[in-house]
Amino acid sequence: MRAYIPSTGTRVRAIDVAELTKAFGPIHALRGITLTVEAGDALVIFGPNGAGKTTLLKTIATLIRPTTGSVRIFGVDPRTDIRLRARIGMVSHQSYLYPGLTGEENLLFAARLYGVPRPAERAARLLETMGLRARGRDPVRTYSRGMVQRLSIARALVHDPPLLLLDEPYTGLDRQAAAVLTDLLAAMRGTRTIVLTTHSIEQGLALCDRMAILVDGLVAYEAGNGTRDLPAVERIYAECVGAPA
Amino acid sequence: MTALGAVRHLLWKDLLLEWRGREILTAMVVFSMLVAVVFNFAFSPSPDDAARLLPGMLWVTLAFASTLGLSRSFVLEQDHGAIEALRLFPFDPSLIYVAKLAANLLYLLAVEALVLPALAVIAGVSLRVVVGPLALILVLGSVGLVAVGTIFSAMSVHTRIREVLLPVLMFPLAAPVLISAVRAMLGILSGGSLGDVGPGLRILVAFDVIFLVVGYVVFEFILEE
Repeated sequence: MRAYIPSTGTRVRAIDVAELTKAFGPIHALRGITLTVEAGDALVIFGPNGAGKTTLLKTIATLIRPTTGSVRIFGVDPRTDIRLRARIGMVSHQSYLYPGLTGEENLLFAARLYGVPRPAERAARLLETMGLRARGRDPVRTYSRGMVQRLSIARALVHDPPLLLLDEPYTGLDRQAAAVLTDLLAAMRGTRTIVLTTHSIEQGLALCDRMAILVDGLVAYEAGNGTRDLPAVERIYAECVGAPA
Repeated sequence: MTALGAVRHLLWKDLLLEWRGREILTAMVVFSMLVAVVFNFAFSPSPDDAARLLPGMLWVTLAFASTLGLSRSFVLEQDHGAIEALRLFPFDPSLIYVAKLAANLLYLLAVEALVLPALAVIAGVSLRVVVGPLALILVLGSVGLVAVGTIFSAMSVHTRIREVLLPVLMFPLAAPVLISAVRAMLGILSGGSLGDVGPGLRILVAFDVIFLVVGYVVFEFILEE
């Protein structure tokens, strides 16, 4: 099943993935994915465990070298221009943080390496936004799982990237922190390109303009704007993954 | 962000984490001191033998102590995926190698500053008139040791047996550095000048340059996947 609805307009393509494959030895994580995301669009990727969502995001982020196929970010092959990485913010399954550093030091470290002007100001503002100001000077090893996730999100935003890759960013967040993240992403819609993976269809549909369902390393379904009918999407998802709705 | 600026920030982070945790230096110093004491009891060198045995005792101690530090070097990056995060920064990933090498070199030099005097006192060898030449040999030997060790530390961090794998991979390649350093130091302690140990020093410099260049070039590929 494939219902490809291309985005309209003449905006720059933030992501252009063509015939992407990735094999880890005998395991084929991606098996020929073609996907485009226009600048300013928000795409949510659903899929069961092992569908290739994380591999796809990491390949887009230049962390994994594709076996075949190509990835272009804002029209450029990210492997030919290192500076392009400054335009990508990523939230992964791992926190990307140093437990021995404080929350503030982690953000300062990232801000300085991204060349953010006035890094201390930026770090303080993000700690405030993520509700971590009071714990900013505590070592990250003393943080709860949810606080680590909030700081990890702040770290991904520290350089104000135009492209955000969020791999299950709601993992570990309590209701309040999830609401903060939802508000943040909602405020960014239209001004940043967002690619989000999540297991929550409801949350994903609320945040994104477009959706794709990944199964066994392939895009099994793709739909564009206005996909808000939760029961219908749940039914499609169940059909794609071969599970009862 | 300049290359030097990136290395400075990466190095600051490593030193700050080590200052707070003191995992690497503590292990290296305690191990080195214990080995120094064990060597003294094992050999009980006479004053004549002491100067002859000291270089070998010192470099064997340093080689094993360095593996303790090197094996931990990338663990703190691996634990929470920080090594991936480092690869997302907009600079040449080989700068991570330079910063790690600098941190590892500082740890090893700090250990040497404690172990060499301790070994000299235990062996009853006076180093006062040869401190300069010995320091040069120590720096050159240490650069070679950590240059090759940092490469293999990054390679072995993904394996479950990294503590075993690191010395197995590292020592065969580091052998020329260790042998040259021991011989050069022996020459100095036997009353020779830097000119007399010139060939050994040139080998050390050559291996340092080779390992540094190879490490810098291949590091990006080691980090991938």
